[in-house]
Parts: sequence; structure tokens; C-alpha cells
Amino acid sequence: MKCQECGQKPATVHFTKIVQGDKSEIHLCESCAREKGEWMNKSAAGFSINSLLSGLLNFESPANTVAAPPRCTTCGLTYTQFSQVGRFGCADCYNHFRPRLEPLLRKVHGSTSHVGKVPQRTGGRIKTRRELDELRSKLQGAVQQEKFEEAAVLRDKIRELEQQLG
Amino acid sequence: MSVDEFLNKSPTWMRENGPESDIVISTRVRLARNLAKYPFHMLLTDRDADSIIEELRKVLASTEMKREGNFELFRSRELSDVERQVFVEKHLISPTLAEEERRSAFILRADEIVSIMVNEEDHLRIQIILPGLQVHEAWQTASRLDDVLESKLEYAFDEKYGYLTSCPTNVGSGIRASVMMHLPGLVLTNQINRILTAISQVGLVVRGLYGEGSDATGNIFQISNQITLGQSEDEILANLKGVVKQILDHERAARNQLVRDNREVLEDRIWRSYGILAYAQKIESKEAMQRLSDVRLGIDLGTIKGVPANILKELMVLTRPAFLQKITGKELAPGERDWRRAAIIRERLRSESNLL
Repeated sequence: MKCQECGQKPATVHFTKIVQGDKSEIHLCESCAREKGEWMNKSAAGFSINSLLSGLLNFESPANTVAAPPRCTTCGLTYTQFSQVGRFGCADCYNHFRPRLEPLLRKVHGSTSHVGKVPQRTGGRIKTRRELDELRSKLQGAVQQEKFEEAAVLRDKIRELEQQLG
Repeated sequence: MSVDEFLNKSPTWMRENGPESDIVISTRVRLARNLAKYPFHMLLTDRDADSIIEELRKVLASTEMKREGNFELFRSRELSDVERQVFVEKHLISPTLAEEERRSAFILRADEIVSIMVNEEDHLRIQIILPGLQVHEAWQTASRLDDVLESKLEYAFDEKYGYLTSCPTNVGSGIRASVMMHLPGLVLTNQINRILTAISQVGLVVRGLYGEGSDATGNIFQISNQITLGQSEDEILANLKGVVKQILDHERAARNQLVRDNREVLEDRIWRSYGILAYAQKIESKEAMQRLSDVRLGIDLGTIKGVPANILKELMVLTRPAFLQKITGKELAPGERDWRRAAIIRERLRSESNLL
């Protein structure tokens, strides 16, 4: 059987359309079917992860519509755009959209914090930064309690770590 | 190695066997990683894409990377559509990467166990495919390569959210582990739907042979984790492995039940399928997959002797459209493919089996 559209290639895609009881059959070749693709593509792409995600994202908005939707100042993506495509523009989007992200992540993953592998190099710096925060608060405590010897030791340690971070 | 050398050989997962190879075809682990200083895929310019690929070339030239094996980088745009599709059919690159021909590239290790996709949905996707059930082995290899890459490249990583990815469904560990299983017993005994429903309730997803949106033709199912945030890689993998082991037990029980209650009917079905594959002049892809599944079951049950068990996984890839066209050396219309497919299956069965 030849394709009804171009009449050249063999028909390999067959549709049966029933409109109010009227049945019609359509026989097309692959390329014509793709061109006329309305029926095919809608069913194939209609229920993608994107539309599912943006469904979840939009579901979020009513409660939070008071403030203007955030925008990522690094790449310029707005939260509204993100909620339409379900993809971030850059790594900083995670920071800029943070308050709105938590409910979404909880829905998708049932959790909002990473507990697995930490990269050695980048992760090493994160560890140092955490250590620094801890030392700084200890230093404050030591100063308040007028334990100056201890404070001096802490200060030296902090300097050392700060140098490591560069 | 040249593109042609890669195109003309089958990857390790197709050639070799692994643990539980009678039911588990392959195990795949994929890690999604992004580089901190570039925008994500959606906003990535052509120049960004080129410069990421150049960074990767430098990493490949390093001694640390050379220690991990022999790697080759290919720009997608340097390959023809059919050539790219062959790599998709071998499961070495994703359909998304093949479509993104302008900006993407991919790196293959000579054994085709390791592939690294560059500028897919994420800047890097490190993928390991091993034959049989080897979840932890695949993860260890992936993680080691990940360490080498991270020692040279600045990753986008957040203390709270983990590895940052283009899509929020991958954030955290960025890991997707999948196990491909051949489950004719559960399908024939009508238990498959019940089991698939149960699987989806423990945070795992089931897909067909070629991933998202593909049918489970040839009784082949891909089971993978869905959650990437809030669970460690070890937990994710242990959960997947635990569920796969249970499915294995159910599949084996179903096969025993079939042999016990319906041996003659089952053997008739197996031999019919064998006969069709051995003599048919023209066969559609879906029927071929179903018949190959029957024959593989026959081999596993000892009904068919003298045919190697690998025939299912080899032929299910060799008879895909792009592979057929590659073997034939020219473009084939869909109708022509069915004749060619039947011919290849006939030849293969003839050369491999002692039966004909």
C-alpha cells in the first residue's frame, strides 16, 4: 500500500479515526506521518517529565504569590520560566530559587538534603568552610568569656584555614 | 580506535556473561555531573559547549585518565545519523545526545563498558554498562572515573543539594542505576503487572528496552531508581539490588511453574518461534523480539540445546533499524528492513547452532 499523502513511499503508519461514529482510515509513510504529526506527537510527548514537573511547580504557586517571582541573577532565568520548562539555567538557580524549591524537591524525592558522595576537591573546601564557621563561633564565645589564651589559639587556626581556602 | 572500529564491534555487555545472566541482561549506572563555571544545557552557547569539550580533551590526555584505560572522544557532528543511532542502539549514548548533534560529544573506552556523554542534558554523564547483575561493580567504576574527572574539573556541587543538575529530578547524587531483565516467565503467567505495580511503590521505575517511553518488547524490562536526593548511593543501589533479587526469585518460580503445568504447550511455543526465526524471509521488529525471547527461554530451560544464550541480546541490538542499515551499508526503507532483519537472524542461527 502506498502513502495517501505523497503517493510514493509505502504506508507504514496506519490511523483509524472515529468521529461521531464515522470511521475513516488513514495510511501514511513515516515522513508524511511525522509532518502531519499532530495526533502522534501529542500522545507521545504530552505526558513527558517536563509537563509533569511543571504541573508540580505550578501547583506550588497559589500559596506563594505574594512576592514577585524570583529571578536568577547569574543567568537571568525567572522562576516562572523554570516552572514552564522544568530545567534550571545554571548552578546558581538553585540558590536563587531556594525557598520555592524545597516543597518541589520534597514532592519529587521525599527529601531536601543530599546525603551521598561528596566530591574530594570541591568537597574538601566545603569541609574547611564548615570547620571555619565552627571555629569562628568558638572564638566569639572565648572572647566573651575573656579566655584570651584560648582565643589566640583559635585565631591562629582560623588564619591557617583561611589561607588554605585562598 | 576509529569510529569504524567501534561501530563494527559489540560492547562487553552484549558479548559476555555476568552474575545471574540467565535473567539479568545488563546493569547500567549513570552519574550526572555539571561544571560550575558554565550555564546548564538549556542556556549553553555553542562556544561554551566547545570549550567544555576542549576541557574534556585535556582531561583525557592526563596521566591519571590514561591509567583508567584507552579513551576516544567523538564529536557527534562528525558522525552520520545512522552511525550515531548505532551507538544509541548499543546503549552507549542516549537518544537525547544523538539529537543534540551540534553541541554534543561522547567519550568511549575501548571495551565500551565506559561511556561519557558530554553536553547531554547535563555537561557530563558518566555511564558504565556491565553484563549481568553487577550493581556495585558498576558504581565503583563510575565513582572512580568521577574522582579522576573531578580532580581536573570544577563541579557544580552544593553543600545541601549535592551535585547540581539541569533537571531537579536528578539533583543530589545524580545517580541513575538500571538493571535490564528478561522476564518471560512472569509475562506468560500473567504476574508481571502485579509485580510492576509493587515495584513502583518502592521508589523504582520500570521502562522498556530503549528507556523512557519505549515498550517492553521481547519481555525485556528496565528497572531503575527514581529518587536521587536524600538517599546515599549505597542505599539506592542496595534497594535496587534487593528488589531485583526478589524479581529474580519470582521469575524462576514462574518458569518452574510453567514447566510443571504446561510443559508441552510451552515447548511447542518455543519450537514454533525457533522455526519462524530459522526460516522466515521477512519479520517485523516486534515479532522478532517476541520470538527471540521465546528462543532464549527455551535455551534457559534446556529445551533448545546447541544455541548460545547470548543470541537474544546480540540479535535484539543487531536487528534494530540503524544496525541493519550499517550492516547492509545503505539506507533501508521500513519494508526492506523486515527482509534484511529476517536474513540476519537466519544467518546468525545457522552459524551459531548445531541444530539446522
